[in-house]
Amino acid sequence: MPPPSTDLKRTALYDRHVARGARMVDFAGWAMPLQYSGIADEHLAVRQRVGIFDVSHMGEIEIAGADALALVQHVASNDASRLDVGQIQYSAITTPTGTVVDDVLVYRWADEHYLLVVNAANTRKVSQWITARAAEFGGDTAVVNASSRYALVAVQGPAAREVLGELCTLDLSTLKYYRFATGEVAGARAVISRTGYTGEDGFEIFVPPAQAVQVWDALLSAGERFDLKPCGLGARDTLRLEAGMRLYGNEMDETVTVLEAGLGPLVGWSKASFIGHDALRREREAGSSRRIVAFEMVDRAIARPGHPVLDGDEPCGRVTSGTQTPYLQKAIGFALVPAAMAETGRELTIDVRGRRATARVVPEPFYRRSRSGGASGSAGGN
Amino acid sequence: MYPADLKYTREHEWVRVDDASGEALVGITHFAQEQLGDVVFVELPEVGRTLTAGETFGSIESVKTVSDLYSPVSGEVVAINEELDKHPERVNQAPHDTWMIRVRVAGDLPADLLDASAYEALIK
Repeated sequence: MPPPSTDLKRTALYDRHVARGARMVDFAGWAMPLQYSGIADEHLAVRQRVGIFDVSHMGEIEIAGADALALVQHVASNDASRLDVGQIQYSAITTPTGTVVDDVLVYRWADEHYLLVVNAANTRKVSQWITARAAEFGGDTAVVNASSRYALVAVQGPAAREVLGELCTLDLSTLKYYRFATGEVAGARAVISRTGYTGEDGFEIFVPPAQAVQVWDALLSAGERFDLKPCGLGARDTLRLEAGMRLYGNEMDETVTVLEAGLGPLVGWSKASFIGHDALRREREAGSSRRIVAFEMVDRAIARPGHPVLDGDEPCGRVTSGTQTPYLQKAIGFALVPAAMAETGRELTIDVRGRRATARVVPEPFYRRSRSGGASGSAGGN
Repeated sequence: MYPADLKYTREHEWVRVDDASGEALVGITHFAQEQLGDVVFVELPEVGRTLTAGETFGSIESVKTVSDLYSPVSGEVVAINEELDKHPERVNQAPHDTWMIRVRVAGDLPADLLDASAYEALIK
């Protein structure tokens, strides 16, 4: 693997990653840690104790003004009118055909002020998309790509609350799932949200980039007694897959609709309208022709993204994500298949590098944490 | 790091030839396992299969990726390391002591196998 080229963007924590010996890769134009101690080691740390992730590459787009809610309602599929200030919603930015420009978290930052957390690879695209839609839409709004103002650190795992609680002025026990609050973390002004992309309890901490290192270092120290691990994008991917969470660019993109991706709960059907509403309504009535399904391998093989799903000898679908996950120790994945193949228990034939292997459609998620107190709510995230 | 009694390929396999028996053990290098990360599955050939040097004899899967395995020598596969079925992580833990296949070598060793110092230069 060649080292990432030097013209990649760097997060405020880049030097910390390199100093700790992380393997750095090019991810969406950013030099990001793929792994530190190893994907399996980091994955298990998050399932069993706690891990921290630099996710500063994620984009932040702010929408403000008297018509901010109306614009959010127009461009995003979910019903943002239900959000209180301090509340977060998983949503999709949709095209007129109901396909996905990006999946996002919508934060109601203030009365007439929303912040969208978007995928790193899509930050510029989403910013341009919403700016263009705002111009057509008219109204009193400002759309700002504010990504450079925030470093973002995720603390995830059963001990996340205890570790962050030591450094934080907020009472985290009162911060509910998919809510956020402002406070101080290790002396830095921070927005702390109870969100994540791992299937565990956890938090995401927005801080000014200039304070990211002090927050990161403080988390590493506070986490020592829990054997906290810094984690890379490799474990982030295996954790989200095990938890049944979709990844933009794998399970969905501008060729896959929200409903095909299995993201129906992201559609606010009761809203008057939004971009893609009519197409999605028609698709709901007629039924989707294809679906993302969760599968588990039956044969001893690991299906990887891009492997064809076969109907007889002909490809009829494809694997969108797949690996052997470190906690469940099973070869699992997602595939986009014809609706007729989507029912639970159905066997799929996958062409794994020239060899036919059998998989079975299984219920989602693959992994669900036990909830002994603390956070509650349905899975989701970004 | 790279034992002097092994020969190496540019595809990051090692081979240890026992001149007395004419048999060779084949595995992958420390560098290869480091690049792969956590190994979760090693697919090996049937015993009895005849391999030509440079031919694919199996594949190795990590959490992150999959890679083909290339035979450094020609000959018949006389044994496979069954332990790897249950414990693929051995490849990460002790790459140069974890063999994958044992081959009864046919003919001379390929001339392009590397010695330890040449291999170390390759991966620098």
